[in-house]
Amino acid sequence: MDINILTVFILAIFVGIEIISKVPPTLHTPLMSGSNAISGIAIVGAIIATRLDGGMGTWLGLIAVIFATVNVIGGFMVTDRMLKMFKRK
Amino acid sequence: MEYSKLFYVLAAILFILGLKKLSHPKTARGGNTMASIGMFIAIVTTLLASNNLDFTLIIAGIVIGGLIGGVFAAKIEMTQMPQMVAIFNGFGGAASALVAGADFIRNIDKLQTGVFINGLSPTFYLVVVILSIFVGTLTFTGSFIAFGKLQGFISGQPIVFPGQQIFNAIFAFSMVTITAYLVMGGNDLVNFFYAIVFLSALMGITLTIPIGGADMPVVISLLNSYSGVAAAATGFVLMNNGLIISGALVGASGLILTNIMCKGMNRSLTNVIFGAVGLKQESSGDGEAKQITVKSYSTEEAAMIFDAADKVIVVPGYGLAVAQAQHAIREVAEFLESKGKKVLYAIHPVAGRMPGHMNVLLAEANIPYEQLKDLDEINPEFEDCDVALVLGANDVVNPAARHDKSSPIYGMPILDVDKSRTVIINKRTMNTGFAGIQNELFGFDNSIMVFGDAKEMLQQLLKDLKEL
Repeated sequence: MDINILTVFILAIFVGIEIISKVPPTLHTPLMSGSNAISGIAIVGAIIATRLDGGMGTWLGLIAVIFATVNVIGGFMVTDRMLKMFKRK
Repeated sequence: MEYSKLFYVLAAILFILGLKKLSHPKTARGGNTMASIGMFIAIVTTLLASNNLDFTLIIAGIVIGGLIGGVFAAKIEMTQMPQMVAIFNGFGGAASALVAGADFIRNIDKLQTGVFINGLSPTFYLVVVILSIFVGTLTFTGSFIAFGKLQGFISGQPIVFPGQQIFNAIFAFSMVTITAYLVMGGNDLVNFFYAIVFLSALMGITLTIPIGGADMPVVISLLNSYSGVAAAATGFVLMNNGLIISGALVGASGLILTNIMCKGMNRSLTNVIFGAVGLKQESSGDGEAKQITVKSYSTEEAAMIFDAADKVIVVPGYGLAVAQAQHAIREVAEFLESKGKKVLYAIHPVAGRMPGHMNVLLAEANIPYEQLKDLDEINPEFEDCDVALVLGANDVVNPAARHDKSSPIYGMPILDVDKSRTVIINKRTMNTGFAGIQNELFGFDNSIMVFGDAKEMLQQLLKDLKEL
């Protein structure tokens, strides 16, 4: 089981390297903010973590939801704002 | 097989396709939308597929976080984009660490009995929890230091103190020791958990404060990568493929950018993190020994040189961002183009404070992206260029990088502005660049200095051009 998931991880790194090497320098800032928004995927874990058991875990989960949402909403919005500006002649 | 897992895979596919579309400005915006749909699917799937959720808490969290993120994203100036990305990186890292922490706290009792957790052996589980908390927390504090430096709350100069490296080594050693102790079945998990959080937070600070302002592109890329690694580690903790794949993508992305930035400065990552270039004492000596005589022109005289030129290459640097001069340069360029002159922009990989910083600024000013050329494309163009206009850039055009082995920037690929007929350099003062070295370019026969704030200088230049 541990091996399966490591395989997924390693293959994903290769996919990442492959597609991101093709991003031109002009788009490096939107790439950073966009990939940053994607790292907000922690929100999935954060939502699960808020499950009610009255313990400290729930509260850590809530803070995580807030932080991850800032990342997701802010990241995608600001990337869109930037990409809107890239125009041709 | 739980169907929810299929939706996580779908989300991951949308992330990959979205990033793929970032390979061209034409498709990039659609790619970002695609990735955000992927995120939406992942969130909805989680809400529907998980049991025992507290929806009030979740909605409250999403509303608060969404408001903060939304307001930031809508209000931020393009010149402040590096700070923004830095702080978002920090939030991402913190979220991952918090999720891992929450899961760990819930499973402490189980850990001591040695049963499998989330399908993982206790050893593997502990290692990934610690990794997630370590990388996530370090990203959080490191990003805040980077934010502070970029925003000017903290000095942009490298902050170093004696024995800094020894402290870092001790912190790292303690982390490894604690991890080993816990993995081998050590007790008192809760207290060691706090110790790990504390050590990680401290290391985020001590590893970031010695890095100077101009090295920020490397730091931000690296922190970007870390936020991905933290998400992936959290994915291992929860055995969630969505997190693992997305985290790996972001980790790879940040790593590639870090590598490009390091190459742009001809420095190794180790050298950037531990080298503390830009320290005053390091650069004195050689630089001061050579006195440079410069020619200072008024904008009126500069206007005449532009009038006689056919081909102009603009070299923007961090000074352009500071002066918010992106619109002013576009107006000057448009005027020159209306006179039949060719205008191009030379973008050095490490110009500004983050990868692609200059491109975003110039795009904001409506400068078409076809005119923005990277280092390899533009360097041959300087040969038949009449005027190279250097705006608030310094180290990236310093010819010392080619020949002066004692220079801290030796070997760094530079823009060959000195090959053009005339180089017009705009700076506020004769202060040295970030690397703290005098730029011999300023004293070259074909170099002319026009002092002043970039924005004011360009506005005056435009006036003078129109009056010719």
